Order: sequence, then C-alpha cells, then structure tokens
Amino acid sequence: MSNIIHDENPKLMKGNEALAEASLRAGLQAYFGYPITPQSEILEYLEEKAPQHPDTVVLQAESEVASINMVYGAAGAGARVMTTSSSPGISLMQEGISYIAAAELPCVIANVQRGGPGLGTIQPAQGDYFQAVKGGGHGDYHMIVLAPSSVQEMADFVFDGFRLAEEYRMPSMILADGALGQMMEKIYLPKAGSLPKQDEPWATVGKPAARERNYITSLHIEPDKMEMINLHLQDKYRKLKKEVRCELTNVENADIILVAFGLTARICNKVMELARAKGLNVGVLRPITLYPFPTEIIAQYADPMRMFLTVEMNAGQMVEDVRLAVNGRCPVYFKGRMGGMVPTPEEILLEVEAMAEKQRITNQSAGYL
Amino acid sequence: MNSTVNEQMEVVYHKPQTLTDTPMHYCPGCGHGVVHRVLMEVIDEMGIAERTVGVAPVGCSVFAYHYMNVDMQEAAHGRASAVATGVRRVLPDKFVFSYQGDGDLAAIGTGETIHTINRGENILMVFVNNGIYGMTGGQMAPTSLCGMVTSTSPYGRDAAQVGHPLKITEMIAQLPGAYFVARHSVHTPSAVRKLKKAFKASFEAQKEKKGTCFIEVVSNCPSGWKMTPNESNAWMEQHMFPHFPPGDIKVPASMK
Ligand SMILES: Cc1ncc(C[n+]2csc(CCOP(=O)(O)OP(=O)(O)O)c2C)c(N)n1
Ligand code: SF4
Ligand SMILES: [Mg+2]
Repeated sequence: MSNIIHDENPKLMKGNEALAEASLRAGLQAYFGYPITPQSEILEYLEEKAPQHPDTVVLQAESEVASINMVYGAAGAGARVMTTSSSPGISLMQEGISYIAAAELPCVIANVQRGGPGLGTIQPAQGDYFQAVKGGGHGDYHMIVLAPSSVQEMADFVFDGFRLAEEYRMPSMILADGALGQMMEKIYLPKAGSLPKQDEPWATVGKPAARERNYITSLHIEPDKMEMINLHLQDKYRKLKKEVRCELTNVENADIILVAFGLTARICNKVMELARAKGLNVGVLRPITLYPFPTEIIAQYADPMRMFLTVEMNAGQMVEDVRLAVNGRCPVYFKGRMGGMVPTPEEILLEVEAMAEKQRITNQSAGYL
Repeated sequence: MNSTVNEQMEVVYHKPQTLTDTPMHYCPGCGHGVVHRVLMEVIDEMGIAERTVGVAPVGCSVFAYHYMNVDMQEAAHGRASAVATGVRRVLPDKFVFSYQGDGDLAAIGTGETIHTINRGENILMVFVNNGIYGMTGGQMAPTSLCGMVTSTSPYGRDAAQVGHPLKITEMIAQLPGAYFVARHSVHTPSAVRKLKKAFKASFEAQKEKKGTCFIEVVSNCPSGWKMTPNESNAWMEQHMFPHFPPGDIKVPASMK
C-alpha cells in the first residue's frame, strides 16, 4: 500500500504538470521524452524547471524509440528515470519496454492515452489497455499498471510507480488519458525527498576491482536458461499480486456493479448517484492497479444475484478480464465509446436501467419475487 | 638451468585485466576479437576500467559483455548510442563507449547515430564495418559494396535498386558534435597500433568532455564473405579500402 506524505497546502494543477512536478519531488534523476499531444506539458514543465534541478537530466530525444532506450541505459546505470508519451509514441517504445522488463530494470512510463488506432485523435481514450496490461511488446512480460482517475493520482502514482518499480525491478506504467492530463484540480503534492532510494548493486556504474563486472542483458541464448529467466519473471508477477489495489463504492449490497478505471470510473460514480436517486442499487468497482488485476476481488462479488457493467473508452478491453474474473457466474455487460468520445453519465444510466429491467424480469420469472 | 632462464624472461605481452578468460565465439580470423582486445588494452593501460561502462547491441558482438571485463549493457538492435546516452547522462564523470556493427549503426540505428553525435554526447562510438550482417548469416548491409554478393543480394548489390554503400562516417564528421572521427583497421600490426592510438585519444577527449569520438574499424567477416581469413583481409584491402579509406577524417587542432 502507498503511504505518501503530502504537502499541507493544496495547489491547483493540470494533470500533466502534477505528474511532472511529482516526478521531480520523487527524486527523478533523468527524464527522456518526445513531444506528443496530449502530454507535451510534461516535457515542457520539466525543461522549464531544469535550472532549479541541476542534478536531474531532462533531455528531448529524437524519437520515442530513442527515449525508451535512453531510459534503459539510465535505469541500467541505477538512475531513477521516467519517460512519458501518448498512444502512438508508446507503440514505438514497445521493443524497448520488452527489453527493460526482461533485463529487470525499474522505471516509470506514463501513457496519457489518446484515441486510436493509427494517428487517431488527440481526445482522451482508453484503447491501450490491452497493450499496457498484456505485454504490448514481444515475449511474456508485464508492467505494473496504475490507472489514475484524478489529478491527485496523476501525482501520487509517480511515487507509487517508482516505489513498486524499484521494489520489483520492473517497469511501472501510469495509464492515464488526455482528459486527466489536461484537467485542472486541487491537489496535495507529495513532499519532495520523501521517496527513499535504495542502492542498486546490479547497476553498471563502473566496476571496482574487487567486484565482478555487472552487465545488463536480456539475451540468454540457451533455451533452458531463457526458460529459467521466464520462470523467474512469472514468479515475480505472482508475488506482485499482493500489490493489487481497487476502490469499492457501495458494492457490498449492489445489484449492479459498474466496473471502470481512470476517467470512466469518475463518470460511473456520477451514474451511481443518478441511479441510486432512482432507487437502483448500483455500486462502482474501480481497479486502480490494472496489472496486477483485481481478479479475486471481482470474483468475490460475482454471484447470480448480481450483474456487472464494464464501462470503458474503447471497444471492450478490460471487460475481457472482468469476464475471466466473473467466470460465468453472472452476466457481464459492456458499454464503450471509442475514438476519443467520452461517455456521458446519462447514456450509461440508460444502460443501467435496461439491465435493471432485465434483472427484474429474470428474477420474476425465476420466482424470486 | 631452466628455472634461471624463466626468471630472467621478461613478460612483454600479456592479456589485459580488462579481458575475461572466456573463450571468444568469433569465427577464426574475424576482426571483432582483435578490436575487443585493442579497446580493452587501452582501457587497462589508461587505468580507467573502474570508471568505464560499455554498450554493445545486437550483432556478432552482442556477447561482448562475456569478454570485456568492465560494466556493460547489451542494447536492442540499433539503439546502442541511445542507451549509451542514457548511461553517460546519468554518469557524467565516467567513460562510456558503444561498440556497434554497420547494420546496427548505419541502418536500423541511423537516427540514433546522427542525433547522438549531433548532441555531441561524450562517448566513444566504435563502429565495426564489415560490410555485412554477420550475425544473421551474411545479408546485405548498408555498407555492402556495389556488386557484393550476399545472401540477400545474390546477384550482387545493385545500387540502382538498393542504393550505394553508405559512408556514414564521412556524413557524421560534418556534425559539430563530432570531435574526433577516424577510420582504421586491425589486419596488420601497424594498423592495430594506429587504432590503439585513436582509442586512447578518444578517451582522453572524453575526459575533457569534448564531444563524440567516432572510430570506424573497417573489418572482415570471413564467414559472411565466404573466404579464408587471409583471403578476407586481402579482399578488404583491395575492395573495401578504396570505398572506405583508412585515415583521419576529422581531427581537432588540439590533437594534431
Ligand atoms: C529489431 C531487430 N531487427 C532485426 C534483428 C536481427 N539482427 C540481429 S543482428 C543483425 C545485423 C547485425 O549486423 P551488424 O550490425 O553489421 O553486426 P555484425 O554481426 O556484422 O557484426 C540483425 C539484422 C534484431 N535482433 N532486432
Ligand atoms: S559471422 Fe563474421 S562478423 Fe560474425 S564472428 Fe563470424 S566472421 Fe566475425
Ligand atoms: Mg556488420
């Protein structure tokens, strides 16, 4: 669990700037990035603050391919390092992320998502869920994936991201979206210097005569060795399950549970209010860690008396993981908007009402009433 | 009697501390092993091993970290100079080198090569140009000569179709960030001595944070070229050198 120490006084900040400021307060040693809307403010903010942080490297790279490989180099040298981008740029980074995961290097990568596929749109979307939680690049690997739903969490998850990345020696991704990046909210920034950094004995910093050389690699040409590496990674991912985080609102006695992450979870909170005002017993389950996914928590609420509605800004990605967790024990519906369209509470409410009606008829015919 | 002789014998040549005991996997007669040795000798002699980090990407020399007894990072194909940038930026007082093939540096990694040098990153880039993709079995490289037969140019490289052998070293020498640029080889003792001097000068320059030093080593690939080691060296002199002539390309006044 995170226990971040915050400032006493709040600030009004844009999501992207909050993330950037939090990274400096987290003791960022290097940032490499390439401009792309809707997250360019992060690089701009860090460049502007650079004179006050002479020990932090801030470099605009020639591409996202270069950025992620600079991250690899700096992380391998033991630095606390971050890159940020938006969907197309994150696609370009996938090979590098696979190398980082395989070489077990810690870093934070933020994806302020926009609508795709292709060049798509600069409006907010959640179409990179699969890419973020299922691997994205080649081979069997995962990242820690944190999904903020407020500007406060845009800042906090930088701290959580580094803490977890360093503890488990793997990349953390902050999976945000363009709306969270651009919106302004009142937040309490994490306190500077409150995130300790351990020594990295494996880092390549120059080999003292007394120790063996360190090398960072993802190459193990013998398949039996490579399988051992895979088993080790899978073991790590199993251990990571204890870091699962999920926000539950009114789910205990809910007839209908809305499952949503990030921005859509906020919209679902509004839907829940509207539905409850109409006498419908609706709750919201918000996965905060998308990897590890709150499978067990969802499973706990999956009983035949309930229904789930997964709401996403994509064609239906997380809903697959919700269905795996529910495992057929109750219906799981999906409501999605795509291409940068943000669903309104009202259109989700219509869906909820239709589900409630279906539930009423089913229960009636089953003689439950 | 014998022991007296031994005691009087002087060691004139030995393996530097900076090379491990691991037998190298390179094909007989391949230049990579010699370039490794020369580079490691210089690091050993300069006494900078404890402050050096190397980066070797995919290519025949991807296992360089098994042989070079310094801290090393293996990089993705083409990305060595970006990785080296990441290392050097967070370790500004250490010595950093990349060790890249022609496919790596002049094809898939061209963008990183140009921008790393354009930023004048304080690293040494060692560019082993054997005119072929050695590791993947002898395909055409950006530096394969016109008419050169490779597994993907079975009728010889046709410049009209696939372009001319890229003189990337001459290109990057134009960049202000390039401090010292030279082309050498390792096929004769005198060539080795020149290369050694160039490596040494490069690390000296790095100490002073002068910018990027870029040393191309025109080398052979007996296996990919389908020649004996001797044939490959003769072929290299005869065919590679006219297009990639050894010598200094950009030398700062302070080094002259
Ligand atoms: C992204 C990616 N594409 C292709 C490859 C396959 N590959 C490995 S090494 C190599 C070429 C190596 O040639 P060069 O850089 O000239 O090094 P050499 O082996 O000749 O020393 C290629 C194409 C790869 N590993 N990664
Ligand atoms: S394939 Fe060519 S470059 Fe690779 S080790 Fe053999 S001779 Fe050297
Ligand atoms: Mg080659």
